[in-house]
Amino acid sequence: MSLVVEIASWISILLGSAFTLVGALGLVRMPDIFTRMHAASVTDTAGAGLLILGMILQAGFSLTALKLVILLALFVFTGPVVTHALAQTCLHEKIQPLLARERRGE
Amino acid sequence: MFYAAAGAILAALVLALARAIKGPSVFDRVLAGNSVGVLAILLLATVGFLTGRPDFLDIGLTYGLLNLIGTLAVLKFFRHGDLAYDVDEGEGP
Repeated sequence: MSLVVEIASWISILLGSAFTLVGALGLVRMPDIFTRMHAASVTDTAGAGLLILGMILQAGFSLTALKLVILLALFVFTGPVVTHALAQTCLHEKIQPLLARERRGE
Repeated sequence: MFYAAAGAILAALVLALARAIKGPSVFDRVLAGNSVGVLAILLLATVGFLTGRPDFLDIGLTYGLLNLIGTLAVLKFFRHGDLAYDVDEGEGP
């Protein structure tokens, strides 16, 4: 494997690790369920995407890379579905976002 | 370098577990559970590369599908109080 691909793969994996940590930190630190959803989506998109991209560069052109692409497609499709269902259920249960509560002066 | 990725994913797992234990409402726990699922898949892939056995990716794919179905089932149960609830026959969403 050439050095350029190796370096790009390591940079991608390290960036993905950083985004994963940031997303999990936001999951703990954010004040509200909707802002927590926002933080968790960082892990689902940037973190998982960059980590899997780095692994694809490591795997080269093989069956492993195809499986990783399928895994990435799974994340891309299921992440928004789960987030949308969760937000819809929260609104159905009359949980207000933080901003709307502040705007009404409560 | 995969060790760094595995360490970061493990730390993120601990944080997501803290939110799942602390979470005030049940939806916080559902969100944390979904995050734990995603992080577990990433950890499976990373460990597969660490040990040189990429077969772990198949387990990760299966776990991803199960994670989606499980989260949606829990959400449907808490919204309608019944897993067999039919939205078309009920009074609507």
